[in-house]
Amino acid sequence: MEYFIIIISAIFVNNIVLSQFLGICPFLGVSKRISTAVGMTGAVTFVMVVSTIVTFLLQKYVLDAYGIGYMQTVVFILVIAALVQLVEIILKKVSPALYQALGVFLPLITTNCAILGVAILVITNDYNLMESVVFALANAIGFGLALVIFAGIREHLDLVFLPKRMRGVPISLICAGLLAMAFMGFSGIV
Amino acid sequence: MAKRESNLTNMVLTLLVITLISGGVLGYVYELTKEPIAKAKLAKKVVAIKGVIPEFDNDPLKDMNSLNIEDKFTIEFYPAKVGDKQVGTAVKTYSKKGYGGPVWLMVGFANDNTITDIKVLEHTETPGLGTKMATPAFIDQFKGKNPKDFKLKVKKDGGDVDAITAATISSRAFSDAVQRAYDNLEKKGGSDE
Amino acid sequence: MSSNLKIFTKGFFTENAVFVLLLGMCPTLGVTSSAINGLGMGLATTFVLIMSNIVISLIAALIPDKVRIPSYIVVIATFVTIVQLTMEAFVPSLFNALGLFIPLIVVNCIVLGRAEAFASKNGVFKSILDGAGMGLGFTMALTMLGALREFLGTGKMFNLPIFNEHYGMLLFILAPGAFIALGYLIAFINHLRKV
Repeated sequence: MEYFIIIISAIFVNNIVLSQFLGICPFLGVSKRISTAVGMTGAVTFVMVVSTIVTFLLQKYVLDAYGIGYMQTVVFILVIAALVQLVEIILKKVSPALYQALGVFLPLITTNCAILGVAILVITNDYNLMESVVFALANAIGFGLALVIFAGIREHLDLVFLPKRMRGVPISLICAGLLAMAFMGFSGIV
Repeated sequence: MAKRESNLTNMVLTLLVITLISGGVLGYVYELTKEPIAKAKLAKKVVAIKGVIPEFDNDPLKDMNSLNIEDKFTIEFYPAKVGDKQVGTAVKTYSKKGYGGPVWLMVGFANDNTITDIKVLEHTETPGLGTKMATPAFIDQFKGKNPKDFKLKVKKDGGDVDAITAATISSRAFSDAVQRAYDNLEKKGGSDE
Repeated sequence: MSSNLKIFTKGFFTENAVFVLLLGMCPTLGVTSSAINGLGMGLATTFVLIMSNIVISLIAALIPDKVRIPSYIVVIATFVTIVQLTMEAFVPSLFNALGLFIPLIVVNCIVLGRAEAFASKNGVFKSILDGAGMGLGFTMALTMLGALREFLGTGKMFNLPIFNEHYGMLLFILAPGAFIALGYLIAFINHLRKV
């Protein structure tokens, strides 16, 4: 039941992009086509889950154990940067096509605040390891859901006639606002 | 100056040195700010205790005793006395059911376990909605009530608490925290130690 | 001299991080439920930007290329933690309001972006100007958005009541309002810039 609540609240109620405002840069940057949105989601999911596990263990067995909690930000971001590099190397070898599509955005995952945000949230919410993994996975799915829906909307936006100054980012942001409003409707479930 | 070559030793060495310097600097800043941070937190607590218990002349911080529920989550009891007579207890309590994270409250109880007042210590609720739980409009309904016959649940769940409009979750968390304070106070044997 | 002035002023308008470059969107949307929060976040970011720009412009030549990014990140993270500890000690209420977004200054694309694009290639003085200009431009954007949302949402501005809170459109304090307000603000700035 606990897990169920964590999952539902992370995906719908407290959607990481639409209500927590994390990961907005890729949300606006990679959401022009559904296919890239899906690829980005895959990469984020992997990095998010693995980095959460690693940072969780580091926090418990190194930072807390030695009382150097103030090194949290430095250590976490280093771990994430290293992991992203690793994913980049693996992807280059395993799937050059996907690497081509995501190459530009992979380094950007390092500065994706969703990853660091989730790693820190897990610590502040005082989850145990299993809950942390579920939380990270659910947030990645929530991120993907928002990204893919938004990409779908933006593909259609290209066909709409708009005043010149509303084109591009302004109208995208307003659509994101409407999407966020729709997601607010979920707040009653948990 | 020529760029250093990107061989393994150089790379590892550079990162190591930078991280070590960073660790050293942060350790120093941490030592510097440790006391002010503790003081700021303490000051907030003292203000909250004074806010929820009308009158006392002892130093409740000295008489504090705490109950560790689980890692990082501790309930603290601050007995307030006039002379040697106990006039009430301020209880620092929490709920993990908040919308944006844990909610921390300071709840004041009179000797007969009626609630004197409540102050919100920390929360991460939605600005404009959940944040209203710190306003008198919401808190006043708890004043003078005894949780024995005032059900600490929102009306939607069959209790007596009027939830904040559009912030049922925050209202639930608030009630949950107060309930926790009351339960543990009872368990401890009421205000009379 | 005029080139130095340009380095400083470009952050406000022609290359404003939020309105034009569209960087640092997460804190922009996340903390601007009031003007004060926007201002506080902006200033914290400005401090980190200036300090990391100084350090990086000094050490850039000593860092092997392949560990450039991780090294910069450690430098930035160090200053972010300093800001975090200092704010917790001296402005605890602002610290609580900004919450998670303070450590997240580390991953604010503006900071790393300036380190990589400007500070690593320029001298200390220019890097300071660049950091200050970019940071204050960011602060300006956040404060504007915060003031707009606070005004529409609660009828206040910088906590001063302007009209009765009862008539405030709560939506603008909530998540959707952040997106919508920023959308219209950018459209308006586009109009001013005549793009």
